[in-house]
Amino acid sequence: MAEARKGARGRQEMPRQDARVRIHNFNEVALGYPLKVAIEEANRCIQCKNPQCVTGCPVGVRIPEFIKALREGDLWNAVFLLKDKNSLPAICGRVCPQETQCEERCVLGRRGEPVAIGRLERFVADWERAQGMRTPERAAPVGKRIAVVGSGPAGLTLAGDMAKKGYEVEVLESLHVPGGVLVYGIPEFRLPKEIVSAEINYLRSLGVTIRTNVVVGKLYTLRELVAQYDAVFLGTGAGLPILMNIPGENLNGVYSANELLTRVNLMKAYLFPEWDTPIKVGERVAVVGAGNVAMDAARCSLRLGAKEVHIVYRRSREEAPARAEELHHAEEEGILFDYLTNPIEIYGDEKGWVRGMRCIRMALGEPDASGRPRPIPIEGSEFDMAVDTVVMALGTRPNPLVFSDAPELLRTRHGTVVANPANGRTRMKRVWAGGDIVTGAATVISAMGAGRIAANDMDAYLSNGCPEPWWDETQSSS
Amino acid sequence: MYRIVHKEVLTPVTKLFVIEAPEVARKAQAGQFVMVRVHEKGERIPLTIADYDRQAGTITLIAQEVGKTTHMLGSMAVGESLASFTGPLGRPTEIASYGTVALVGGGLGIAAIYPICRALREAGNEVIGIIGARNADLLFWEDKMRTVTDELIVCTDDGSYARKAVVTVPLKELLDAGRPIRRIWGIGPAIMMKFVSLTSQPYGVPTIVSLNSIMVDGTGMCGACRVSVGGRTQFACVDGPEFDGHQVDWDLLLTRQRIYVDLEKQAMEAYVAAVASQHA
Repeated sequence: MAEARKGARGRQEMPRQDARVRIHNFNEVALGYPLKVAIEEANRCIQCKNPQCVTGCPVGVRIPEFIKALREGDLWNAVFLLKDKNSLPAICGRVCPQETQCEERCVLGRRGEPVAIGRLERFVADWERAQGMRTPERAAPVGKRIAVVGSGPAGLTLAGDMAKKGYEVEVLESLHVPGGVLVYGIPEFRLPKEIVSAEINYLRSLGVTIRTNVVVGKLYTLRELVAQYDAVFLGTGAGLPILMNIPGENLNGVYSANELLTRVNLMKAYLFPEWDTPIKVGERVAVVGAGNVAMDAARCSLRLGAKEVHIVYRRSREEAPARAEELHHAEEEGILFDYLTNPIEIYGDEKGWVRGMRCIRMALGEPDASGRPRPIPIEGSEFDMAVDTVVMALGTRPNPLVFSDAPELLRTRHGTVVANPANGRTRMKRVWAGGDIVTGAATVISAMGAGRIAANDMDAYLSNGCPEPWWDETQSSS
Repeated sequence: MYRIVHKEVLTPVTKLFVIEAPEVARKAQAGQFVMVRVHEKGERIPLTIADYDRQAGTITLIAQEVGKTTHMLGSMAVGESLASFTGPLGRPTEIASYGTVALVGGGLGIAAIYPICRALREAGNEVIGIIGARNADLLFWEDKMRTVTDELIVCTDDGSYARKAVVTVPLKELLDAGRPIRRIWGIGPAIMMKFVSLTSQPYGVPTIVSLNSIMVDGTGMCGACRVSVGGRTQFACVDGPEFDGHQVDWDLLLTRQRIYVDLEKQAMEAYVAAVASQHA
C-alpha cells in the first residue's frame, strides 16, 4: 500500500485489480479501502461549517457527519448517519458520479484533490455488510398500501422510505430477479450482484414485499393498481433499446447493449455452460456510443474473450457521456477509441453474420439543441472496419408496456412520463413517477433522488387526507 | 408458485404441463405467451399459452424436447415447480367475426392454434382446421381440435397417419375450391409458416403468423427477437408475436433463429453427459 499513498495532501488511492489480470475475469475491479486507509482518508476532511458536498448530493447524505464518526472509530454511528439519507450506500459508493456531485463541491478540490467521499461511503457500507446488517426501527403501521412498479434505484429508494414511515409496500418487478438496471445492466465487475441482493434483503427486513415476474401493463394494468392500492409509484426506468436504423442492423452478431448486458449480467452468460444462457462475442467488437453503458458493453466483450474492442463515437472524448473513471478504466484495459466516427452500414457474410462496418469520419460544428457540438459527416471519408460483432449502445427509452390502459398519464414525445420535478406527481391521480422513466436514461443517484422526493410527497399527501388539487400548474415546470 | 399440477405425455417428445398460475390465467388470451425458467441457472424461454382455465387458475403449456431447457422441462414431474413464469406476454390474437377462417397448425403449432380456434368459433366464425406433423408420433390433440373446429383436416408428411401431405396442400385445395376464407392463421416452425404465407399470397387472403424468434426478457428490453415486417424492424415479444405473414422477412427470421445452434448443441451434450453420469 505504501507506494499508493500520495502524501498528506493527496487522497488515498484505492487498490484495484491490475488491468492485465482483470480483463480475464468478472470480479470487481476496485477493491475498496482497508480500515486504516479509510480512516486516513477520513482525516483529510476539514469538517466545513457549511458543507458544500451535501448540496451536491441528490439525496443529501450527511457526509461530514458520517466521515467524522468514521475517523473517530465509531463505525456503527457512521453507518447510522450514512443510511439516514441513503438506503443503498454500497451501491452508490460504487456507481455514483461523485466527481460531478459531492466531490466536485468539496473545498479541498479547489487547491488539490477532494476527499474521496464515494470510497468512504463504500467502505462504511461494506463494513456494515461484513458485520451483518442491523434493521432500523420502523414507524407504527399506518394502514396504507403502496405499489412500486419496478425494482431499480428509484423504486427501491421510495420503497425503503415508505416502509420506514410505516406503509405497507409491495414492489412489482417484471424480471425474475429484483434490482432493475443494477442487476441486468451494470456488470458484476463494477457492482457485484451479491451487494445488490444484500441491499434488497435489507429492504425486505424493513417489511417491503418484493414480487418478481410481475409485468405491469400485462398482468395488471396501472388502472387496476390505482384501484387496489392507496398510491402507485412508477419507476420502470428506460429499458427500451434505441437502434440506429442503418442497413445490416439485424445481422447475426449485432446486439443492443441491453441484450448483451442482460445475457451477461442477469443471465450469467459468462458462466455458460454452467448457466444455460449463451452469448456469442467474436474477436473484433465495435461498440457504438460512449456512455457508461457503452463502456460496460466494451469491457464485458473483452472479458468474454474478444481480442480487439473499439468504442465508436461520433463526437470526441470531451463530449463522451461516460464517467471519467469509466473511460479511464476502459482505456487502461486496452479498449480502442474511434472518436469522431459514425457507422453508416453493417455488412454481412453469406451466412448472415457481421463481417464489417462502414463508417464515416465526423467533424464538430456549432452546438446543437443538447448544447454539445453538432457532429457533421466529412464527405468522402467513408472507411470499413473489419469487425464480427457490433453492439449498439445509443441510449434507451422508457418501455411503453407499462402505459397500456392509462391514457391520462401524459407523456412527452420522447416517451418519458410527464411528472412534476418538485414532487414526482404525474397527471394520473395517485400515481407518482421518478427516475429514468421521467428523465430518460440518467444516473442511479438521480433516480434515487427522484424516489426520495416522491416518497416525501406521497407521505404528505396520504397523511393529509389527499388534498386537492392533485396537479398544480403553477408549481410544475415540466 | 408455478407448480405443475398435471402432466401428459402427448408424443415421445411432446409433453403437456398444466401450471398453477391463477393471476396469469385470469388475464391470458389466445395468441399470448409466457416466459419460463426451468431452474435457477436456466435460460428464459418463450412458450405459447396452449390453454387457460380462469376458474381453476391454471395455464396449459406444451413443449417439444429440442434442447437442454425443453428436455429438463420434459423431465419435470407433477408437484415440482418452475423457477419462474412470466406473462401473459405479447399482443393477443385479434378475435372478430370474419366469416370463414382457416387455421393451420404444424407440429407444436397445434398447441398455439387451439385457443385461437376456440375464441374465433365463440365469435361466430366458421372455423376450418388443418393440423399436420412430420409423422404420426409427433401429432397430438386431434380430438381436442375437433371440438373447436367445424371441419378438421389432418395430415402427416410421411403418411404414417391420416392423409400424406404437408399442410399447405389441403390449404391450397380449399383456396382453389373457392371456399370463402376471409383470414388464415399459420402457426408452426418458421419454414412451415413461410410456406403457408407463400401459398395464400396469390389468393390475397390475409395470413397471420406467430413468430418464434429467440427471446431473453420477452418484454421489449433486449431486442434479441427483432424481425423485419414490411421492411420495418419489429420486436416479436411486444409488437407481436402475430404479424402479417405476407410482410415477414422469412430468411432473416430463419437466420436469426440459428445464432446459437452450436452453443445449444454444446449445452445439450453436456446435459446428456451429466444425466448419464448420474445414472451410472
